[in-house]
Amino acid sequence: MIGQGVQALWSHWRYNPWQLITLLAGLALSTALWSGVQAINAEARASYAQASDLLGAADVSRVVRRDGAALSVAEYVSLRRLGWPVSPVLEGQVDINGQSFRIVGIDPLTFPAALPESAGEEGGLTAMLGTEALAMAHPDDIPELAGSTLILRPDATRPRGSVLMDIAQAQQVMGPQGSIKRLLLGSVMPLNHAPLPPEYRVAQAGVQTDVTRLTQSFHLNLTAFGLLSFAVGIFIVYGAVGLAFEQRRGVFRTLRALGLPLNRLMLLLVAELTVFALLAGAAGVALGYLIAAALLPDVAATLRGLYGADVAGQLQLRAAWWASGLGMALAGTAIAAAAALFKLAQMPLLSFNHPRAMSVGASVAGQRLAGGAVLLFLLGILVALWGEGILAGFALLACLLIGAAFCVPWFLAQCLSVAERLSTRAVVQWFWADSRQQLPGLSMALMALLLAMAANIGVSTMVSSFRMTFTAYLDQRLASELYLNARDAAQAEALLGYLGTAADAVLPIVSVDTRLGGLPAEVFGIRDHETYRTHWPLLQATPDVWDALAAGEGVLVNEQLARREGWGIGQTLPTGDRLIGIYSDYGNSAGQMILGEALFSARYPDVPRLRFGVRTDQPEALAAALRARFDLDEEALINQTDLKAFSLQVFERTFSVTAALNVLTLSVAGLAILISLLTLATMRLPQLAPVWALGLTRAALSRLEVVRAVCLAALTGVLAVPVGLLLAWVLLAVVNVEAFGWRLPMYFFPLDYLRLAGLTLVAAFLAALWPAVKLARTDPQRLLKVFSNER
Amino acid sequence: MNVRSMLYAFIFLVIFAGQGVAQGFAGLGQSADAFAQPERGGSFAFPADHGAHPAYQIEWWYVTANLKDDQGRDFGLQWTLFRSAMAPEERPGWDSPQLWMGHAAVTTPQDHFVAERIARGGVGQAGVTAAPFEAWIDEWHMAGDTLDQVEMRAMGADFGYQVTLTAQGPLVFHGENGFSQKSASGRASYYYSQPFYAVEGTLMLPDGPVEVTGTAWLDREWASQPLAATQVSWDWFSMVFDEGPRLMGFTLHDSDGSDFTQATWIEPDGTTTAFPNGAFLATPLDTTRVAGRDVPTRWRVQLPDKGVDVTVSALNGSAWMTTSIPYWEGPVRIEGTHSGQGYLEMTGY
Repeated sequence: MIGQGVQALWSHWRYNPWQLITLLAGLALSTALWSGVQAINAEARASYAQASDLLGAADVSRVVRRDGAALSVAEYVSLRRLGWPVSPVLEGQVDINGQSFRIVGIDPLTFPAALPESAGEEGGLTAMLGTEALAMAHPDDIPELAGSTLILRPDATRPRGSVLMDIAQAQQVMGPQGSIKRLLLGSVMPLNHAPLPPEYRVAQAGVQTDVTRLTQSFHLNLTAFGLLSFAVGIFIVYGAVGLAFEQRRGVFRTLRALGLPLNRLMLLLVAELTVFALLAGAAGVALGYLIAAALLPDVAATLRGLYGADVAGQLQLRAAWWASGLGMALAGTAIAAAAALFKLAQMPLLSFNHPRAMSVGASVAGQRLAGGAVLLFLLGILVALWGEGILAGFALLACLLIGAAFCVPWFLAQCLSVAERLSTRAVVQWFWADSRQQLPGLSMALMALLLAMAANIGVSTMVSSFRMTFTAYLDQRLASELYLNARDAAQAEALLGYLGTAADAVLPIVSVDTRLGGLPAEVFGIRDHETYRTHWPLLQATPDVWDALAAGEGVLVNEQLARREGWGIGQTLPTGDRLIGIYSDYGNSAGQMILGEALFSARYPDVPRLRFGVRTDQPEALAAALRARFDLDEEALINQTDLKAFSLQVFERTFSVTAALNVLTLSVAGLAILISLLTLATMRLPQLAPVWALGLTRAALSRLEVVRAVCLAALTGVLAVPVGLLLAWVLLAVVNVEAFGWRLPMYFFPLDYLRLAGLTLVAAFLAALWPAVKLARTDPQRLLKVFSNER
Repeated sequence: MNVRSMLYAFIFLVIFAGQGVAQGFAGLGQSADAFAQPERGGSFAFPADHGAHPAYQIEWWYVTANLKDDQGRDFGLQWTLFRSAMAPEERPGWDSPQLWMGHAAVTTPQDHFVAERIARGGVGQAGVTAAPFEAWIDEWHMAGDTLDQVEMRAMGADFGYQVTLTAQGPLVFHGENGFSQKSASGRASYYYSQPFYAVEGTLMLPDGPVEVTGTAWLDREWASQPLAATQVSWDWFSMVFDEGPRLMGFTLHDSDGSDFTQATWIEPDGTTTAFPNGAFLATPLDTTRVAGRDVPTRWRVQLPDKGVDVTVSALNGSAWMTTSIPYWEGPVRIEGTHSGQGYLEMTGY
C-alpha cells in the first residue's frame, strides 16, 4: 500500500512539473539567499574583528608604570610572582634594509588573547616560540624585509611597518634597546592575589568598543535581511505546497478510501516534503556559497587563506554552514506545510470536497487573508506596546510583513474594481475584469513580490542610513591622520617641538572624567580648527557655534546627554554654560561635553596634554619619522588612515553585496511570477478564446498579458514602498534600540526607490514575456477547439 | 591562547625534533637523542638533585596529599611542577629552551578545582633551586630550607591552598636504587619519592577556608624519552596503608595491548622492595563518565607477594584535570586486605 501511495503522490508532480520546480526553486533560492547573507555577514565580521584588533589584544587591559617608564624583566617576574596574570610586550624600533620597523615581541605562553591566526590555528604557539620562529608582518612589508634572518609569514591584519614575533626573537633582533612597554593583563585573577604595588596602575582596554558596537548593530540588521530574503522564498513554497495539497485532495481521499491509514498518509507526505527540503536545501547552500564567493571573491580567498593549512578548521566551518542552511530549509518547509498538513488531518474520510483550484471563492479568500492581516497588525501593535527585547522587535517585524503580504490580494482586487468602474471602453473593462479573475492564481507570487520589494526598500534604507552614519562617525572620530599618546610631559613637549614644523596641525586632545546630570561623563577640550568645523556632525547648533565655542561662550554636548537631560539649544546648563550645539555620538552610552580649549584650560588647569591628533598630508612618512625619532610603541602612535580606509572598504564591499542581493531577491519574486503565469496559461485558453473570436488578435492579447503583469507589479509596488519604509523604521528605531539602546537616524533615498520600482517592473515584464510569446504563437486551432469542446 | 595551542606547546619534542606527529602520551614517547639519558647504577647527589636537570628532557615535582578537616571530611590536593626542554640546556633570558607548567587541584567528594600555569625559564618566572629548596611558577611555590620541611601554595580563580609539609621518614628510591625501568626494552627514568610527609594547612574554597591535616607524597622523576612510542597511557597508584607501609605501583599500557607494571613496597622505616614486571596487578571494576570518556574509578589492586588484594575507589570520580593535557588525578580510599588512602593518576583515557 505504501508503494502505491508513494506512486500516487509522485504522479501529481509528474503531471505538474512546474509546481515541483516552483517548490524546489523557491526553497533552494531562499536557502541560497540565507546562506549567502550569512557568509557575507561572517566575512564582514571577521574583517572587522581583524581591523579593530591590531595586536589581537585591543580589549585587554594593561598594567603600566605610573611614571610611564618602560618595565624591566625583573618587574614583570615580580608581578607574576605576586599573582598578577600579566604578559610582556617587548617593543622597539629597528632598521632593516635601511627602513625603520617596529618590532613587537609577545610571550605566547602567557599571552592573554588569541594568537594571530597567521601563525596557524594549532601550531601557532609552537611555531612562534624560540629564536628561529615565525614572525608576522603585513604582506606589503615582506618584500622590504627580504634578506633579514626572520622567517616571515604574511598577515594582513598587522599594521604597516610592524613585525610581530616571539619575545625571545624580538629581544635578539632589538638587542638591549628593546624594552617592555606594557604588560597585558589576563582576565582571570587568582584568588587572594596581592594588591598591585603603588608604582603601577591598571589601564583599561581601549576605545575600540564603540566601533564594535556599531558593527554589531550592522550585523544584526544584515541577519534580519537574511531572514527576510528567506521569508520571500518561503512564501513561494507555501503557495506551491498549498496548491499541491488542494489539487491532491481527490488522491488523498481515494488513498484513504482504499485503506491507507491517515497517519501513514501524513508520514508519506512529511517524508516527501523532507526529501524535497533536503534536496533543495543542499542545492541552496551550495548556491549560497557560490553567490557569496562570486559577490565577494575575498570570502573564498580569506577562508582559504585563514584555514588553508588547517583542514579541520575548514571542515568545521562547512559543517556549521550546511547544518544552518539545511536546518533553515527544513524549518521553512515545515512552516509552509504546517497549515496544509493540519487541514489534511482534519479532512473527513469520505469528504465530498472537490479539488478547489484557485478560481473558487476568490474574493472570499482575499477577504479572509485581509482579515488575517488585520489580526496580524493588531498583534503587531500589541507587541510594540507591551513587548520588550529584541525578540519583540523581530516579532513586530514579522507581523508587519506577513500582514502586509496578506493585504496584497484584497488591495489589488479593490484597485482593479475601481479601475474597472472608471473605464468605459469594452476592451479596457474586460482587461480589468480579467485581471481580477486571474488575481487568485497570481496572489502568491505577488505577495512574494511585495515581500521582496519591501525587504529591498527596508534594507537598502537601513544599510544606506547606516553607511551615512558610519562614515560621519569615522570622519568625526578619526578626523586626524595620526594619533599620538605621549609618555609624559617632557616627551609631549619634544613631540610638539618636532611637529611644529613637520605637521600641518597638531590638535591637543584633553579630557577629564566627571559627572554630568548625576552620571559619569567625559569633558573634552578642543582647539578651534578647520578639522572640527568641517567634520564634527552637529545635529543642532546656533549659527555661530564654532566661534562661540572658541571664545568660551558656550559648550557642545552629545545627543545622549541632551536627550537624557532634556537640554535644548540656547539653554543655560547646570554647569553654568550655554548650550550651543548637540552632536551625534553613536555607540557611546556615556554623556559627553566639549569645551573650547581656553575654557577647558581655565577650568581644569592640572590636566596634562599628552594626547594629540596630527593633521598631515603624508601620514606614512611622518609616522615612520616619529617612530624612528621618539621610540613610540604601537599604542603611542596610531595611523588612523589605514584603519579608516580598511573599515570603509569592508563596509563598501558589504554595501555593494547588499545591492546585488537585492537584485537576487527580486529575481526570486520574478521567478514566482513567471511560474504562476505559466501555470495559469494552460487554464486560461477558455477565457481568451471568446475574446479572440470577437476580434482581438493573439498579438494584442499577449501584449495585454504583459501590460497586466506590469500593472499588477506596479500596484504591488505602490503598497510595497510604505511597507518597506515602515520595515526600515522598525529595524532602525525598534530593533536597534532594543538590541543596543540607541537609535540610528533614518535617511530617505527616493532615487533608490525609483530605481527599485524600475527593476521590479522590468522583472515583471521579463516574467510575463515568455508566457505572452507562447500565447502569441498559440495555434488558432487550439483556440477554436475551446468552442468545439464546449459543444 | 586556546587550549589546543597550549597542548601543542607541551608536546615537547614536536617542537624540538620538528616532527609533525605526536606519539605516546604528551610526547613522552618521542626520540631524544640530544638529551642526557638515565643510566643504571647512577648515583644521586643531594640536595643538588632536588633541583632541575636541564640536560634531561622532562622532569617533575609532583605532590599529592590526602587530607581531612576537623569534621572528618576528606579532601585531596595536588601540586605539580613540570619542566620540559626544547634543548638540553638552560640559557638566560627569554631565549631559554626550558618550559614550565604548573598544575594545582583540590578535590572534595562533590567538587574538583583545577588551575594551570605555563611559563618559560630563563627569566625567573618559574624554576627550581636545590638549596635552599624552592620550586615555583608565578606565585605558586614549594619552598623550605631543605626538602624535609616545605611550605606549599597555589591559587586558582576559585580555590587555593597554603600548607606545610614535614617529612616523617627518609627518601625512598624506586626500581634499582632510583633507576626506574618503564618498558621491557629498557627505557627508564630517575625516580625517587618522599612518601612520609605530614601535612597541615588551609584550603581556600568557595565556601570559605578549611583547616586540614593529613599525609602527602612527593614524587621526583626526570628522564628523556622515558616511554616507548607505543606506550600510550598509564595508571599510577600511590597508597598509604593504615598500618604504616606504603605502596607505589603503575601499569603502562602499550598500543599493542600489552602492559608493563612496576611496584615498590615501602616499609614504615623506608626500607623498599621493588617488584618486576607482572608482580603488580590493577584491574578496573567500575567506570565514571567524565569529560565525555569512561574512566575507571574503582579498581582491584593486587600485589600477591605482599598479600595485598584491595579495592581502590575514587573519592570523587570526576577528578578530571581540565588542563592543556587532560588527565585524571584524584584521591582514593582503599579497602580489602589492607585499608588506607592514596592517589590515583590515569592518563590516555
